[in-house]
Amino acid sequence: MITALLLFWPALAALLVLLIKGQGAKKVAFVAALVEFALSLFALSAFDTQSGASQHTLSLPWIESAGISFSIGMDGISLLMVLLTTFLVPLIILSAYKHEYKNPHVFYALILFMQTGLIGVFVAMDAFLFYFMWEVALIPIYFIAAVWGGADRIRVTFKFFVYTIFGSLFMLAAFVYLYLQTPGAHSSDVNAFYQLSLSSESQSWIFWFLFIAFAIKMPVFPFHTWQPDTYTESPAQATMLLSGIMLKMGIYGVLRWLLPVVPFGVSQWDEVVLVLAIIGIVYASIIAIRQRDLKRLIAYSSIAHVGLIAAGIFTLNEQGLQGGVIQMLSHGINVVGLFFIIDIIFSRTNTREITSLGGITQNAKGLSIFFMILLLGSVALPLTNGFVGEFLLLSGVFQYNAWFGGVAGLTIILGAVYMLRMFQGVMFGTKSELTENFTDLTLNEKAVLIPLVVMVFWIGLFPNTFLSISEPAVNNLLSIINR
Amino acid sequence: MTSIILLSVFGIINLFVGFAKNKKVLLPLVLLFLAIVFGINLLDWNDTQSYFSNMLTIDNYAVAFTGIMTLTTLLLLPFSQRYIDIADSNLAEYYSLLLFSLVGAVMMVSYENLIMLFIGIEILSIAMYVLAGSDKSSLRSNEAALKYFLMGAFFTGIMLFGIVMIYGATGTFNITEIGAAQAGIGADGLMNTMFILGILVLIIGISFKISAAPFHFWAPDVYDGTPSFFTAFMSTVVKTAGVAAFYKLMVAAFAASYTTWFPTMVAITVLTLVIGNVGAVIQTSFKRMMAYSSISHAGYLLMALVAFNEASDASILFYSAAYSAATIAAFGVLKMVQDQRRSADYEAFNGLGKTNPLLAFAMTVAMLSLAGIPLTAGFFGKFFVFSAVLQHTDMLWLVVLAVILAAVGIYYYFRVVIAMYMQPAGNYEVVKVGSFASFTLIFITILTILLGIAPALVSELI
Repeated sequence: MITALLLFWPALAALLVLLIKGQGAKKVAFVAALVEFALSLFALSAFDTQSGASQHTLSLPWIESAGISFSIGMDGISLLMVLLTTFLVPLIILSAYKHEYKNPHVFYALILFMQTGLIGVFVAMDAFLFYFMWEVALIPIYFIAAVWGGADRIRVTFKFFVYTIFGSLFMLAAFVYLYLQTPGAHSSDVNAFYQLSLSSESQSWIFWFLFIAFAIKMPVFPFHTWQPDTYTESPAQATMLLSGIMLKMGIYGVLRWLLPVVPFGVSQWDEVVLVLAIIGIVYASIIAIRQRDLKRLIAYSSIAHVGLIAAGIFTLNEQGLQGGVIQMLSHGINVVGLFFIIDIIFSRTNTREITSLGGITQNAKGLSIFFMILLLGSVALPLTNGFVGEFLLLSGVFQYNAWFGGVAGLTIILGAVYMLRMFQGVMFGTKSELTENFTDLTLNEKAVLIPLVVMVFWIGLFPNTFLSISEPAVNNLLSIINR
Repeated sequence: MTSIILLSVFGIINLFVGFAKNKKVLLPLVLLFLAIVFGINLLDWNDTQSYFSNMLTIDNYAVAFTGIMTLTTLLLLPFSQRYIDIADSNLAEYYSLLLFSLVGAVMMVSYENLIMLFIGIEILSIAMYVLAGSDKSSLRSNEAALKYFLMGAFFTGIMLFGIVMIYGATGTFNITEIGAAQAGIGADGLMNTMFILGILVLIIGISFKISAAPFHFWAPDVYDGTPSFFTAFMSTVVKTAGVAAFYKLMVAAFAASYTTWFPTMVAITVLTLVIGNVGAVIQTSFKRMMAYSSISHAGYLLMALVAFNEASDASILFYSAAYSAATIAAFGVLKMVQDQRRSADYEAFNGLGKTNPLLAFAMTVAMLSLAGIPLTAGFFGKFFVFSAVLQHTDMLWLVVLAVILAAVGIYYYFRVVIAMYMQPAGNYEVVKVGSFASFTLIFITILTILLGIAPALVSELI
């Protein structure tokens, strides 16, 4: 029941927000998102962290004759993803506090509506419901990015939209095929899919059908070409939603709908995926070093980080999977924080070019500290959240193949290079014309950054709080994969 | 059965009412007629009956499709509101011709005899030839009527030729008897050749009517030239009736020669999908794009036919319903925009999101539905069709092709969405919308979303 509430509350709130004209919509949306966060905390409190099975389940007939049900529930991995979503969405709404978007009621309604899609993806226990929610999350973000975005938004977001739909249609075809393989009166329930025993040839192609959809969403090299442009052209809030939460849909999809469903397919292709992911890590890091636009730089760094997560989870060992889960949280928090800081800088100087900035530390001590902490989290310094995830992921990759681990480990060095180079260019040095009168953080900017920074340290110092939630679910997943 | 008689009678009554000077009564009257037909038609549910010495059979299949086609016409009519204001428009005649056309359509989904199929198609088509040319002062409309008529007459001839050959081979026009008779003709070489030739010629004839490639060449020009209001009817009711008739024919008469016609049908399906989708991409006119899009949807419908299993009829039914709803909304909005802005190009929709939020939203939902995106009926349409086809594991390639082409579809459907929401309105003013039309648009939009959430409402009918 609580899951259904979590799923539908944002959509209901979105309808409410639609009715409110003017900038008041923002406040209502923020309160609604806070309520959603409270609901998710309640779900957490009632959650049995010892069990790997899905909890808070609800199953209602949807298309009865076809065996398709409206079936939702959460295991530890889903719960963490839901918590990430409900934690970030209020902050993202709050981060738009100063922006005066046109038609604010539509803007915030779309964000809340998207939240329903995101939660739906993470709690769906039925393949078609998953697909359904997958697209429900896409449509609002397309409109947010395409209507409120930058100058080249139309072309860029269109590419993004067609690209992702193209991938997800393959997923749909694979789901339909799997569904028709289930015995008896067919079912699209996740457990029915787990129990299928398919020939390794069919697993082989199904693997690619599903992987393309997830790989485009993440994005994994070479399916990433939509991402830097889309992140750059979207409004800041859309970029945060895309990078902070939406790309986790792809990784989550791999965990829930790819690895356990076609284990033989995975064992045939895992090496290819690891190679692609590792190429992506190095390639994106090197490109990030050469970027002059802050948003593009973080966009490429995001490809590198996601590449490591993808590599980690395809190793199919516990470290890799657990590292993937914890790194999803860390990456979500860090990247949202970094994009927000870029947005703060942009709103004051009207530029994102590193070369036109500089010397901001002299005026804005507070901003520098927050920026530094999030940045260190992102380059995986010990005691910060990034360290836990990257350590586990790299140790997972090392167990799989030491050479792969060695190359993937470059991410830490290269990451430090581009991140610190960026920090140096933006924050240190002499002031430019644009940063002459830079003002420090306002209260509401702090209100966004403080929770993020708290989480950076929380995950960094006490990762067990989160790892223990996902551990039974990860073990359960592994036992299904290795059956 | 009663629906056929009622529709004919209502059509004639309507002609007489047209003599009255007050045109305002016509629209409510026709809507009432259609509502009556819709209701009475439903009474035949679960009550299979044969009429006229087995010429027509009203079964659930017929009732379901008749229901959808009547409802489609009913929802389309409010968009003719503007004709009421034009002094020299022959409104009563238009309405009567639509009703007569619907008579033909109903016969096409309930025939039991090839003669009835032929008569049904003719009744439907002749009314449409006239309506295609109804904008007498427009050269394009005249061209459309002439093209449609000449081509239509030619392919009707071909179809008749096919029917005759099948009669020659089996000695009957009754489709069930044809189905039973073909086991006996296998031994006779000449008869067998004639029978197979008959099937193929008949396939060509019907393919023309539903604008399946490679017999689609008339469609873009005719759809483009015909006044938008009638184009909407052409691409919904006519297509639904055609595909339903096609499937009925294949199941009842030619199921046993599946392996014979299967390769031809697959080729037609693939060509239709490719030509429809690729053709739509390069259009600059929204209306012409919709013409190609209707070809592509004929392709998806044919996929369900090619699947030829127990899931096919429900898929065709649901797909037709979803497609019809979205198409009426799209053409309804197009007609209003076109009337005011004098253009059917994508640019005519610029800034509609600002000037007419309702029209833009209805159009967006329609486009999402046509593109097959979840939360809309079109998604489940595609879903059911793909499921039907995937039951043949060796036809995976067809689904993959359709998937790729569906992604292409998103490209051209979203161009109008982009124009509406992301381009400035420029000099365009607010489009005037009648209250009746806006109400209908809201209804269709809700229907599309409802079917996108609870598809079982329609898909479990037959």
